[in-house]
Amino acid sequence: MSAARRLKASLKGWGGVGAMGVACALTATFALLPLRDAPLDGAATGGQGMSRGMYANADDCEDADAWKQSLGPSSDEGGKTVAAIKKRGYLVVGVDQNSYRWGYRDPNSESDSADLEGFDIDLAHRIADEIVGGDPKDNIRFKAVPTNQRIPAIQNGQVDMVVRTMTISCKRLKDVAFSAPYFTTGQQVLAPKSSTIDGYDGSLAKKRICTATGSTAWERLDADKESGDLVSSADISTTVPNQLDCLVRLQLGEVDAVVTDGALAASQAAQDPTVALKGKPFTTEYYGVAMKKDAEDLVRRVNQVLEDYRDSGWQQSYDKWLAPTLGKDPAKSRPPTPDYR
Amino acid sequence: MTYTSKGSAAPPGQGAPTALAVPPQAARPAPPAASGPPEAGPPRRTAFMEGVDELRASATTEPGRLRIIGAALALLVVAFGAVTAWQMSDRSAAADDVLHSSQPLSAAAADVYRALADANTAASSGFLAGGQETPASRTRYEKDIRDAADGLAGAATASDPGSSSARTIAELNKLLPEYKGLVERARANNRQGYPLGGAYLRYANQKMQEEMLPRAERLYKNENRRLSDDYDSAVVYPWAAIGLGVLTLGTLVWAQRRNYHRTNRVLNRGLVAASAASTVVLLWLVVGHAVARSELLASYNDGVVSVNVLNDARIASLKARGNENLTLVSRGAETTESGDDKFDSDFKGDMKELSTSLAKAEDIADDSSGERPVKAATGNMKVWLERHQEAREADNDGDYQAALSKVIGSEDDKPTWECFDSVVKNLEKALGHEQNEFKLAASSGRDALSGLPVGAALLAVLGASGAVLGIGRRLSEYR
Repeated sequence: MSAARRLKASLKGWGGVGAMGVACALTATFALLPLRDAPLDGAATGGQGMSRGMYANADDCEDADAWKQSLGPSSDEGGKTVAAIKKRGYLVVGVDQNSYRWGYRDPNSESDSADLEGFDIDLAHRIADEIVGGDPKDNIRFKAVPTNQRIPAIQNGQVDMVVRTMTISCKRLKDVAFSAPYFTTGQQVLAPKSSTIDGYDGSLAKKRICTATGSTAWERLDADKESGDLVSSADISTTVPNQLDCLVRLQLGEVDAVVTDGALAASQAAQDPTVALKGKPFTTEYYGVAMKKDAEDLVRRVNQVLEDYRDSGWQQSYDKWLAPTLGKDPAKSRPPTPDYR
Repeated sequence: MTYTSKGSAAPPGQGAPTALAVPPQAARPAPPAASGPPEAGPPRRTAFMEGVDELRASATTEPGRLRIIGAALALLVVAFGAVTAWQMSDRSAAADDVLHSSQPLSAAAADVYRALADANTAASSGFLAGGQETPASRTRYEKDIRDAADGLAGAATASDPGSSSARTIAELNKLLPEYKGLVERARANNRQGYPLGGAYLRYANQKMQEEMLPRAERLYKNENRRLSDDYDSAVVYPWAAIGLGVLTLGTLVWAQRRNYHRTNRVLNRGLVAASAASTVVLLWLVVGHAVARSELLASYNDGVVSVNVLNDARIASLKARGNENLTLVSRGAETTESGDDKFDSDFKGDMKELSTSLAKAEDIADDSSGERPVKAATGNMKVWLERHQEAREADNDGDYQAALSKVIGSEDDKPTWECFDSVVKNLEKALGHEQNEFKLAASSGRDALSGLPVGAALLAVLGASGAVLGIGRRLSEYR
């Protein structure tokens, strides 16, 4: 009796797994169909072969390897997304207006247009110049996109792409497509130069640490505190709407240290000569250009731009905006050689 | 008297048996005096008890009765005058407080509230203009801060130590320099071109909106409560005085009727004079208070209520302007949970509040000169909303400069600041009008009471003398 029930239950379980496998296989088939000559026999022979395809796509994604998920470069401009942009005559890019040296507007700018400037902005201009061409002043429109609106703005077509210190992650890959990485960074500690804090280590004991609400930095600190990788006496209760607000709290003495992307921490250090990056980055992250998930032609086209940009352009932009705070040697910031899917 | 004597007549006094013979009416004035004995206690004969016995004894003869009646009448008239003077000077003082103390204090608290909100708005306007803010916006900001500090000092003097208002003022006094420090840091960073300046300004704004303005509002509400307490004590009916007045007149009529029955003389000049004086006091009291009451109520309903609604509208417009500016300062640095820009969504809330308050103000405006500016402000608000929409569209399309011009630009750009300024100007016009209405009605209310306490006291003395003289005249017939 009990054996029969067990058998029935296990059959039921397998039935569920089987159904899911079939569903996955079908989804994967449709998703992969246009990309490559999908072997249709995979669907016929059943679960095994197809589910491996699934893994490679999303579920088995490791954040450390998420940057390897982009599509190979191509200078083909016949795809419908690229063609639509070229026809429109300008590229719409979602950017930040508050990240000093990355994407920001100088309030004292002499120019009437109060242009945006920074490392991200340089890259956006380069992409527009290569894809749209024409007058560099007229081939691009910037839209200020708040951090939590980056993905919705892409999904509902408000912007063609987001160039806004956006880390490539598995979670985001479910909603948007990323270009190959264009910058390497990692979570880092920022503290006053005179502080005893010397990195992401025991020197953070009994210190108050500021992070942005809902940021990867906070998630990491919370997880590390749980697992004991961060001293339990560190106080991570201060969270603010924007990472820059952490520098305000730091200057006012309300917190002792800030944890954020090294690149953004450098942008904060650039605004206050009395604070500095402490220790080495304790994670490795890559910034990528985010685009609509189905805009494959655009992803490939942008990757082609990046191929060229890495050779000429990247270094000049780095020297101009980031060398003063990240160091003259760009080795640790330089993106890895792309590993396309 | 007949039955009280049974109870209190434990000591065998000679008055007890004879008291039965006294005509009932003669005993009437006695009860106030007779109510004392039980407390005196029977074991010892006190001076008071002896006095009662003496009174009882004298009540057996007509001159004795007349003396008692005369004393009672004089006492009643004086008591009536005294209670009237006391109750009316209470009301008159409350009406005076309304006019000269609690309403000005409520207006001062509203002004602290306004100055704080205005300072926050001016700070963000100056910030938007870039590193070099305009002298106008700097002057306005500095003046607002001064106004707020002055207003707080004034409110501190008027508040009772240890009261909730005093605590609130102390907290605001602590927050004001903190706020100013944050704004100065924002300015310094903005001059250097650092986006950090915007972060400081958002922090200053947060301090203002979440900590300071709610306290300023509490102060304002406290003062409004004090105002409405003063109103309550000014308009409550003086029942004690009215009751005593009716009793006095009734007793005077009874005394004259008794006099007529005993002597067949129709008029006793003294008693007539006392009646006339009492009647005048009673009429003055009733009519004067009724007039004052209706004027004060009118000053509340037409003045204070309108002023409060208009103040609400003014604060809403200031907050809306501040948030409109901050939308451009923050550039999407803060969002609500639903993903909208925090400041734009706050702006929308403030405009809704403004529209509600304006509709209410138009509804309760009781004349055209009160209604006109409110209508004009409503029109300005509508244009403001349209222009704001254009600014938002430009900003969302990435044309920050156009959005900026639409908000703080020159007049050719048709900027929203024009609309905001007009809203505030019209609201101030309406406020001035309603404040005037209030003053007119409240002062005529207070004036209706003026002289009443003194007049009542004088007339009561006259009336009492009349009663004493009138009775004295009768009494002299027995010598």
